[in-house]
Amino acid sequence: MNIKWDKILLGGDPLLVGSQIAIVLTTVGIIAAITYFKKWKWLWNEWLTTVDHKKIGIMYILSAVLMFFRGGVDGLMMKAQTAVPENTFLDAQHYNEVFTTHGVIMILFMAMPMLMGIINLAMPLQIGARDVAFPQLNALSFWLFFSGAMLFNLSFVVGGSPDAGWTSYFPLAGKEFSPGIGNNYYMVALQIAGIGTLASGINFIVTILKMRTKGMTLMKMPMFTWTVLVTSLIIIIAFPIFTVALLLGMMDRLYGTHFFTVEAGGLDMLWANLFWLWGHPEVYIVVLPAFGIYSDIISTFAKKRLYGYTSMVWAVVLISVLSMLVWVHHFFTMGVGPAVNSVFSITTMLIAVPTGIKMFNWLFTMRKGRIEFTTPMLWSLAFIPTFLIGGVTGVMLAMAAADFQYHNTLFLVAHFHYTLIPGVVYAVFAALYYYWPKMFGYKLSEKIGKWHFWLFNIGFNVTFFPMFFLGLNGAVRRAYTYSAESGFSTLFLISAIGSIILAAGFAALVYNIYWSFRYAERNVGNDPWGNGRTLEWSIGSPAPHYNFATLPEVKTIDAFWYMKKEKKGLGLRKSDLKPIHMPSKSWIPVYMGAAFFVFGFMLVFEWHILSIFGGLAVLAGLVFRSFDYNSGYYVPVEEIIETEKWRGEIK
Amino acid sequence: MKRKRLIGSAIAISLLLLLSGCETNLVVFQPMGPQAQKIADLINWSLIWIGLIVIVVISMFVYFVWKYRAGANSKYEPEEHGNKWIEITWTTIPIIIVILLIVPTVRTLYDLEEIPEGYEDQEPLVIHVTSADWKWIFSYPEENIETVNYVNIPVKRPVIFKLTSAGTMQSFWIPSLSGQIYTMAKMEVELPIVADYEGSYFGKNTNFNGEGYQGMEFEVLVQSSNDFDEWVQEVKEKAPKLTEEDYTEILKPSHLGRLTFSNTHLDWIDHADHHADEYLYPDLYYEHGYPGQIFYDEDNDENAVEETGGDHNHEH
Repeated sequence: MNIKWDKILLGGDPLLVGSQIAIVLTTVGIIAAITYFKKWKWLWNEWLTTVDHKKIGIMYILSAVLMFFRGGVDGLMMKAQTAVPENTFLDAQHYNEVFTTHGVIMILFMAMPMLMGIINLAMPLQIGARDVAFPQLNALSFWLFFSGAMLFNLSFVVGGSPDAGWTSYFPLAGKEFSPGIGNNYYMVALQIAGIGTLASGINFIVTILKMRTKGMTLMKMPMFTWTVLVTSLIIIIAFPIFTVALLLGMMDRLYGTHFFTVEAGGLDMLWANLFWLWGHPEVYIVVLPAFGIYSDIISTFAKKRLYGYTSMVWAVVLISVLSMLVWVHHFFTMGVGPAVNSVFSITTMLIAVPTGIKMFNWLFTMRKGRIEFTTPMLWSLAFIPTFLIGGVTGVMLAMAAADFQYHNTLFLVAHFHYTLIPGVVYAVFAALYYYWPKMFGYKLSEKIGKWHFWLFNIGFNVTFFPMFFLGLNGAVRRAYTYSAESGFSTLFLISAIGSIILAAGFAALVYNIYWSFRYAERNVGNDPWGNGRTLEWSIGSPAPHYNFATLPEVKTIDAFWYMKKEKKGLGLRKSDLKPIHMPSKSWIPVYMGAAFFVFGFMLVFEWHILSIFGGLAVLAGLVFRSFDYNSGYYVPVEEIIETEKWRGEIK
Repeated sequence: MKRKRLIGSAIAISLLLLLSGCETNLVVFQPMGPQAQKIADLINWSLIWIGLIVIVVISMFVYFVWKYRAGANSKYEPEEHGNKWIEITWTTIPIIIVILLIVPTVRTLYDLEEIPEGYEDQEPLVIHVTSADWKWIFSYPEENIETVNYVNIPVKRPVIFKLTSAGTMQSFWIPSLSGQIYTMAKMEVELPIVADYEGSYFGKNTNFNGEGYQGMEFEVLVQSSNDFDEWVQEVKEKAPKLTEEDYTEILKPSHLGRLTFSNTHLDWIDHADHHADEYLYPDLYYEHGYPGQIFYDEDNDENAVEETGGDHNHEH
């Protein structure tokens, strides 16, 4: 096995040593604080072993905010490096690691868990359910994501980061050209997190199909729930492809097979095909729930029913079908010939049609409405023009012949940031402001929220708009520097300044979380925005752990809006209350996360014998689970009455 | 509210700037040959329609947000469901625009495969391009000369690049003359181009391929046909011969300056051939961090770098 102890920890670079010290100090600090405040038991009982979808959602969001910080720092380092020509802040190898981890973390460990968190939090409430269909599996999904994310982050200081880009194209990512273990982290950590995502997809589909409350037909579901259903379908179709690709890639790297190598007839383009067969739908996996969030928020704050609900649903379904048929547009330049390129050009451009339908429906939802400019609404409004830029440049890129001039340039980089940041990050922010009271019982400050909004928005545009022009002038992505003669300097500098404003926006969010935790007004009531349309606003804030004291009956779309209007179905009668059956907490999910982490770590370091023990630890968890006969517990009526006291006296 | 409008107009102005790209000196909008010209025309055509979409949508956006803000007391219809005809309209118009963009795209795609009009009757100059970490190797089989990191071509004569790679995947891009195309080991792709004007243009790799990616550039010098012939003659007379040993050395990961030889490596290896020998040097790619195991293929031993002893655990 030959363990080289001296090479496990990276050394030498002051940035790395600084990070190592920071990581150790933070860890020690956290452990000391928990011990000092005697919070271990609370942490274990309330959070680590919880199966409550809302708490799992909060843990997802918390981890995602941390990952946003890490990915954001990567982004700032890249911007600092390219701010001036021939900068030496980072060397090529370091820069390559930074853009690789930036991409992977932002997509898979920031955007995905952020949305998973919001889905977990809001979707069961929207359909009037008391939890997801498989609560323990849900916890497992979270812990596998967390385990994968931590393993991936470890690479920065232990063993070396992946450095072949977030797309990890072979043969570059294979052992022939990347013999260090950095890219093993990619293959293993993403696999672990991916298993969790796949389980979430199944869980959400079953939840939506089987656990809707009485009367809620599919066409009466809130738009967000619809997008979650379609997204989950894409997940279970697309993620297995990635699972296979990662497995083959891992075999190549760990055991010397030749699926994607130059040697022995490996096919590097097979990786590219498999990767994008998953990778393109993945983009829609993160964008579709965001579309759902916008639909709900725009309808709420325009105080108007969503325009063209049915066509919105069909548009989402159509986007999901088309998303599976466009992957070749990521390598039009492969030289596969005009016929194939034409087909994929057409399918790609067709996506503009359902997306356009959604765009116009949002606009017409606002028409003849009463628009209130709350922070969640501001994010939703800003989304429209910025995402439009992302969309139309996407059409430009979809024109295969023109793509030959855009491909791999900063034009492409600007395009996908213009889709993913307004299309996902803005939605996530909107949802955080929107649902914060439902999570914690108080709103985030609207005033600081506006600072957050303006700084982030201006910073985003200043950072990424210049990149369109840089790309058209021949600046390529992933280059760690450029010469002064290239004429790129001014735009790169503007872009770097923009990134500082962007970072200030993020800082405002963090400050807002702190400020609101300390000072925001409590007791915001069940419907803190006053305009709630869907069922989640009919229950207390924060939502009680059993969600609904009695399961509501739904007669229309926007059920809560009409309940308020008709003053029907809102009250609670003592005679209707029954003990509520809820799932028990479990230590198995968090154990599985830990076991997978150890297993993954051994695999990454190619310690094959130790990895067998890691695998056995994972198996042990499965065996324990098979002998777990706990069938949950009942919440007594007295506790329900106590919790629902905010409604006034219950007769 | 004013700020919202400001944003709207700022975006509209920026888009106009984008639209006026054709007036600027951005390299993509300054085509120097018919292939790049066709792509630039296509891009300009797309910009017209995209500009139109952006202006329409942003105007609607600004108007609705302004008119229907709370407190404006404009018409309020909270129960409005939708309207079949309006929805059909905004489905149809994008479909028409997509068709307007697709047709010239497909035509251009087919055009780019061919030698441009007006040049078909000339004998094309064939140049084999081999990309390696991190240099470009140009072989002129007819002239029997080879260059590294620069390529000279005659003006107004069709050139067919036949591209392959000795290792990682790269993308070959001369934005002034044509769009890019990938180079892949054991495969060959073709790129026909013509340069209309003499001059020096930059070419580069756009597909990330490891530590030395950034410097992987080359110069394209377009010469009059007399100058070109003279240059070929001079290379044949003065440049050294390329030996297999030199070539093996060239393929190792490195940045090289310009090199010129009076023969080509095609004499003994064509990397585009599916059964071509590999020249792989995994040992030379160890960066900082924990070294992983390297696997050598048995058939490939002749090319594998001599064992350095070291602490890597090789497997044979």
